[in-house]
Amino acid sequence: MDYFLTILVLVALLALAWRYLGSYMAAVYDGRVSWLGWLERPVYRLLGVDPEAEQSWQRYAGSLIVFSGVAIVVTYGILRLQGVLPFDPEHLGAVSPALSWNTAVSFVTNTNWQNYAGGSTMSYLSQMSALAVQQFVSASVGIAVAIALVRGFSRKGSATIGNFWVDLVRGVFYILLPIAFLSGIFFVGQGAVQTLAGPAVIHDHLTGFTQTIPRGPVAFMEAIKQLGTNGGGFFNANGAHPFENPTGLTNLFSVALLLCIPVGLTYTFGKMVGNIRQGVAVLMAMTIIFGVWLGFTSYAESQPNPAVAAAHVVSQKGGNLEGKEARFGALPSALYGVASTQTSTGSADSAYDSYTPMGGFGLMTGMMLGEVSPGGVGSGLYTILLFALITVFIGGLMIGRTPEYLGKKIQAREVKLAALGVLVMPLVVLVITGIAVSIHAGRAGPLNAGPHGFSEILYAFTSQANNNGSAFAGLSGNTPFYNVMGGIAMLLGRFAIIVPVLALAGTLAAKNVVPAGLGTFRTDTALFTGLLIGVIVVVGGLTFFPAVSLGPIVEQLSHGRLF
Amino acid sequence: MPTDRREPTSPPPAAAAAAGAGAGAGAGAGAGRGVAQARSLFDREILVEALKGSVAKLDPRVQVRNPVMFVVLVGSVVTLVEAIAHPGVFSWSITIWLFLTVLFANFAEAMAEGRGKAQADTLRRTRSETEARRLDEDGTEHRIAASSLQRGDLVVCEGGDLIPSDGEIVEGIASVDESAITGESAPVIRESGGDRSAVTGGTKVLSDRIVVRITAEPGHTFLDRMIALVEGANRQRTPNEIALTILLAALTIVFLPVVVVLEPFARYSGATVSVVVLVSLLVCLIPTTIGALLSAIGIAGMDRLVQHNVLAMSGRAVEAAGDVQTLLLDKTGTITLGNRMASRFVPADGVDEEELARAAQLASLADETPEGRSIVVLAKERFAIRERDLGEEHQFVPFSANTRMSGIDIAGRQIRKGAAESVSRWVAEQGGTVPGGLGQVVESISRSGSTPLVVADGRRVLGVIELKDVVKQGIRERFDQLRAVGIRTVMITGDNPLTAAAIAQEAGVDDYLAEATPEAKMDLIRSEQQGGKLVAMTGDGTNDAPALAQADVGVAMNTGTMAAKEAGNMVDLDSNPTKLIDVVEVGKQLLITRGALTTFSIANDVAKYFAIIPALFVATYPQLSALNIMHLHGPKDAVLSAVIFNALVIVALIPLALRGVRWRPSTAASLLRRNVFIYGVGGVLIPFVFIKLIDLLLVAVHAY
Repeated sequence: MDYFLTILVLVALLALAWRYLGSYMAAVYDGRVSWLGWLERPVYRLLGVDPEAEQSWQRYAGSLIVFSGVAIVVTYGILRLQGVLPFDPEHLGAVSPALSWNTAVSFVTNTNWQNYAGGSTMSYLSQMSALAVQQFVSASVGIAVAIALVRGFSRKGSATIGNFWVDLVRGVFYILLPIAFLSGIFFVGQGAVQTLAGPAVIHDHLTGFTQTIPRGPVAFMEAIKQLGTNGGGFFNANGAHPFENPTGLTNLFSVALLLCIPVGLTYTFGKMVGNIRQGVAVLMAMTIIFGVWLGFTSYAESQPNPAVAAAHVVSQKGGNLEGKEARFGALPSALYGVASTQTSTGSADSAYDSYTPMGGFGLMTGMMLGEVSPGGVGSGLYTILLFALITVFIGGLMIGRTPEYLGKKIQAREVKLAALGVLVMPLVVLVITGIAVSIHAGRAGPLNAGPHGFSEILYAFTSQANNNGSAFAGLSGNTPFYNVMGGIAMLLGRFAIIVPVLALAGTLAAKNVVPAGLGTFRTDTALFTGLLIGVIVVVGGLTFFPAVSLGPIVEQLSHGRLF
Repeated sequence: MPTDRREPTSPPPAAAAAAGAGAGAGAGAGAGRGVAQARSLFDREILVEALKGSVAKLDPRVQVRNPVMFVVLVGSVVTLVEAIAHPGVFSWSITIWLFLTVLFANFAEAMAEGRGKAQADTLRRTRSETEARRLDEDGTEHRIAASSLQRGDLVVCEGGDLIPSDGEIVEGIASVDESAITGESAPVIRESGGDRSAVTGGTKVLSDRIVVRITAEPGHTFLDRMIALVEGANRQRTPNEIALTILLAALTIVFLPVVVVLEPFARYSGATVSVVVLVSLLVCLIPTTIGALLSAIGIAGMDRLVQHNVLAMSGRAVEAAGDVQTLLLDKTGTITLGNRMASRFVPADGVDEEELARAAQLASLADETPEGRSIVVLAKERFAIRERDLGEEHQFVPFSANTRMSGIDIAGRQIRKGAAESVSRWVAEQGGTVPGGLGQVVESISRSGSTPLVVADGRRVLGVIELKDVVKQGIRERFDQLRAVGIRTVMITGDNPLTAAAIAQEAGVDDYLAEATPEAKMDLIRSEQQGGKLVAMTGDGTNDAPALAQADVGVAMNTGTMAAKEAGNMVDLDSNPTKLIDVVEVGKQLLITRGALTTFSIANDVAKYFAIIPALFVATYPQLSALNIMHLHGPKDAVLSAVIFNALVIVALIPLALRGVRWRPSTAASLLRRNVFIYGVGGVLIPFVFIKLIDLLLVAVHAY
């Protein structure tokens, strides 16, 4: 009942975000909002950018790549030099080259995969200037790409798709900063720590032990961690740590925060293409997939843990509580987990490794569908639009017309780019996992043997290639092999999709619009939503079924039954 | 307002004849005529040729053009090597079936091509080497081989001669048998000047003598083009076919690593998987069904048009036909029967209807136009007025563009019929007065879409004859269907807006273009295209050529001029403008068939996974046999069953690929729902049944 109420409140919050944040974002990217103009203009002057000048897709993509490349170098530099830079009260020293590379790529690609224990590896400066800054800008980059694609649909005969620098800056100033600021205050109010005073040293007079408890500027970082679907926590325990996620309310608020922009963007999309229903159809597909996976995972986690049962613990009334915070319980943890894995956030308030095999299956497959339900900030929308193009192509043929989406004809070039964007992720995951299980450095990673060990490797690369960043744990990821390969997976999973998406935006923007008629394949109907879900599930299923059957499925079957 | 239709733009004889077939000329039209030989789907001759062709197509250079089937071919070579290295019933069975899969795909394509080839052969026979009688400048005739005729040469053809090449008649008039090309046995009249002057090489002059100026380069005659087209010699992939090939290639590329990485995955899990099984899995997963049938679907689409006696100059045009959102249809011959018919006599005040009828009949006796004859017929029907022997002295007054009247001077009476204006003026000149009610009658007839003809006897106006445009039966339903699928119909007519509006309403078209000039047509096409719409039209005259070229689908009538035929991207051999609607249907069918089989092909993969994955790892993880929901007999059985199903489904779907998925005019949503249900849901379920059946059969014959 409580769980039902939790979900009800969440839905209500998201409905508000969808309607109001969605239309606000449309106004921001259409340039109809300017209350922070005084802050914006100096930035453009500094960057030497003319905010009125629009860019072709090639220039847009070029700016994006240059920006991200510089961001990786700067982040890498700060991590390597943190020992000689200020704000290092715990004297943590330089981060190793491989780990710095992995972490720099991780934060620039909005992945936030952490092959380190945050509180005891990164200085305050690293956390705030390298990592938290990237949590803002990488999120803004994602939204910018989605907006550029939406402009491709809404414009006709246009050679340009917007200005990357303007989109980037406006996303940070108008959307991410204000919401993160307000949310940070809320987190502080709930008891999350926010201090530069260094660790607390507590001497227990009773036992004589002295405890050093890491602290830091956590609360505001927590806000952007969720809002930007970043997921990189200040502490290793991430959302399970009471300093990051102190109460049940912050737990629920975190889930709402990480879902609000991806959900809101479907409204922005509908608004910008001039038909809200188009956005609703996409949102429904996201919601249904999310709902099914949530139901499935919640059910799996409400079951007793077979391993615990085997140890003759008779009562497991709360479901599978192993690896979960007693503050939250099994079901809200499942909600957090599903929301975090299906949004490319990757934050966690429980140990995913300890989920039941089917619960783990729910988390892993949520990512394998391509992070579209509702996906990361921006990336969720642009990825599901790629799926929509493929759906339209096959569905449109079946009604006897050259397929069109939002009036844009889907021809060879569009199919090529959409297929490329959709298929990069499974290719990267499978090939790199294949390499990892074949060589010694990879096989040394997992702590467990057999199917569970396989799941640990598969999960790691699925998470990184999807820019999710959640960890299944149980994998010693801070090795040169996993750091380097993970970095490659994250880079490809981000930019090998973004570039085709921007190319698509350019092609679509240049096209004329075919007026809709009775013979048009409607993309704002339940039928389309159903087909879209079908295509997402079939593509994900067909590419990952063999791999998953060797991991969680066989593991679950080892307990005797599939469900 | 025109009176009698004596302008040269009256409907061409062939079009008028074909118009009789009219709206009813649906799917079956054209069968058994012209190039379209009625052949059953599995004609013996074609089957034999196709079997030969499927082997010839094994050439890797041919195969590499189809990425999906190329992977299968490479896979079968890999399993062949395995089978030779480690012989066994299983590896050999898989090898053979993979090889068969490739052969079946070739067979499908060869079947589709075979039908075209057979038709081309028929045409070639009519192109037997002919002699031409070249007329040199000095006026002498030389007999030379038709193939050595150059463009611009003049040739003489007389009764019984085959016309040696395409050309324009510069002198004379002749009746020509064009059945070799159109299949229509009734001869047509060809004459110099105007829009009826084009003749086609290979047709036969039945009577009279004509001089023809050759307009085609040797080897590039209409007949040559026709042969190349039906044979599919220069077939190029259409834009949509290319897009679909890319999608299929992408799926093939992604399944390659999916299968390849299973080897290290399995090794990590302590299992070993055989190369044969991995290749089998790969072949089962890549979209072989649509990959095998894709080109057959395209060829068959062109072929279906030929069955309708329409020649498409490119597959691109056929595909565009499916996308057409606006149809421009000529009123005459398409929407209405070619001729207007007298339907009513409206006497003036104080005139007896019979008196009017008698006068009208007299005035029309010499009028050989269909309209004139219909007046005589109506008079006979209404008042049993027979054609009589005009004993008294009489003189017919023929229609002239100047007077715009015709009639008869008989026994001192001057009877005239014609346009209201002209007759009124004539009556006034005679000193008579036009009754006040006449204008009203004339206008109400005009407004109803009919043409009023005023009849006067000297100074007296007797009344009005109503000439009604007869809208073809069933055309309204046809337009309703088109509207239901989102196609707008625009009627093109030379009539005035009032008449046009009335006919447009009666026929149920969405819009009309009245008093249409070629420029107005062109502007209409351009404005539709600027709005992003694809436009189809028919035309036959030289002045239609620019519009035909501008339209996305331009169907030229075979009776039309060479210029029109060159400009359009399709030629209708029956010269029946109603065919445009069939052309749209064929285009839609083509796309639907592709989409349906792609969906089916991908949906099939689900069952194949459930057959192969448990079989693959069952030795290491016996638990996975829970996924063997079909309860297949054993691992090898399961894999072989899936591979056999994968091969046989291609053969089973060849008829569907050749015939096309049935298209019924309905809304996009209901069409989609139906096809998703049949080919998507059906595609998931059907293989479960058949793989299980094949498995049972294998067990029954003790394959293992």
